[in-house]
Amino acid sequence: MDTQQQLDEFQKRIDNGETIEPKDWMPERYRKQLIRMMSQHAHSEIVGMLPEGNWITRAPSLKRKMVLLAKVQDEAGHGLYLYSATETLGAERRELVEDYLYGNAKYSSIFNYPTLTYADICVIGWLVDGAAIVNQTMLAKSSYGPYARANLRICKEESFHKKQGYEMLAKMADGTPEQQRMAQDAVNRWWWPTLMMFGPHDSDSPNSAELIKWAVKTKTNDELRQHFVDRMVMEAEAIGISLPDPNLKYNEETGHWDFGDIPWDEFWSVVKGDGPMNRERMRARRKAYEDGEWVREAAMEYARKKKLREGKAS
Amino acid sequence: MNKKNQKTEWPLWEVFYQPKDGKPFEHAGSVHAPDAEMALQNARDTYARRNEGIAFWVVPSDQIVASTPEDVGPFFDPANDKPYRHPQFYSVPRAVKKRK
Repeated sequence: MDTQQQLDEFQKRIDNGETIEPKDWMPERYRKQLIRMMSQHAHSEIVGMLPEGNWITRAPSLKRKMVLLAKVQDEAGHGLYLYSATETLGAERRELVEDYLYGNAKYSSIFNYPTLTYADICVIGWLVDGAAIVNQTMLAKSSYGPYARANLRICKEESFHKKQGYEMLAKMADGTPEQQRMAQDAVNRWWWPTLMMFGPHDSDSPNSAELIKWAVKTKTNDELRQHFVDRMVMEAEAIGISLPDPNLKYNEETGHWDFGDIPWDEFWSVVKGDGPMNRERMRARRKAYEDGEWVREAAMEYARKKKLREGKAS
Repeated sequence: MNKKNQKTEWPLWEVFYQPKDGKPFEHAGSVHAPDAEMALQNARDTYARRNEGIAFWVVPSDQIVASTPEDVGPFFDPANDKPYRHPQFYSVPRAVKKRK
């Protein structure tokens, strides 16, 4: 049981801006919340390979194919950094993965949308990775050391992801009328789901206040979302893309862009499993995990026999 | 059927990398692998996709021995009362001090 004195001392360390390391004392709830949040982040990176992987074989040129391959491989790497960081809290990799494949663990809803054309790949880089950077830049200052360091590593790679997407989108927006239509259509479909990536409004986000108190997060969902919108309005304008929100308007008083109501009904229905691709994503992930089992087993067996042989030889 | 606890889990390895020639090794994170050879390969694919390292160490995680935060006071306090181990403890003639 955590005593009040322990909790107070812990809070004092947090308020001093100290970093919490794996072997330090921490409240049970801090540990639980981190495992939930970090593993959810890891699952998202891994499932995020599916919508983009869908287009690797059909990328329009060898260059774009190499870029997309490298990006999707990075997403796998990001998932691994995060699983590795989560394991420092005493969670087991297999348990985390199975809780997601057969249990209740969640992943970001954005990956439950389909990638219908190649323009979606451009827009995922620009919007989805752009939103992820905003979030992860904050998390790179998180109070839990291993999580902060994993996010720092991720941020360094994520800017390539965003830039390649933005560059491609700019090309399409400057292309033939058909390419322009494709680009705009993809932006129209991804804009609102991307804004939902930051999570519910602060007033509907039960975990937010606690995570901020513990400096796991340092900004609220709405603050991050606003920061993102302000930046994207400028970037969209620069390449002649319009954002599908008639209520977007610069607010002289706040210095920010006001935007329309986010369709939260859609968000909650996707979170509950009814998005366009939820079932397909889970099917693909379970299949990969189960089809890989014989490989993991065989590699263990090979390692065991090799050790035996080396033992005999010496 | 309950799928939990039926799948194989490869052992955990801690990964250390040397960022550049002449630099000390740093902790990067961890990987799972069935043996040392694959641990090295996985470490490369996970932590050096952009030449972040020129050399790696991998160590089975259960072989690492670490000091504990609870003992941090008594463990390190032998160093606390020995200012004479630092150059600032000593004085030198003014004339010499000025010359850097």
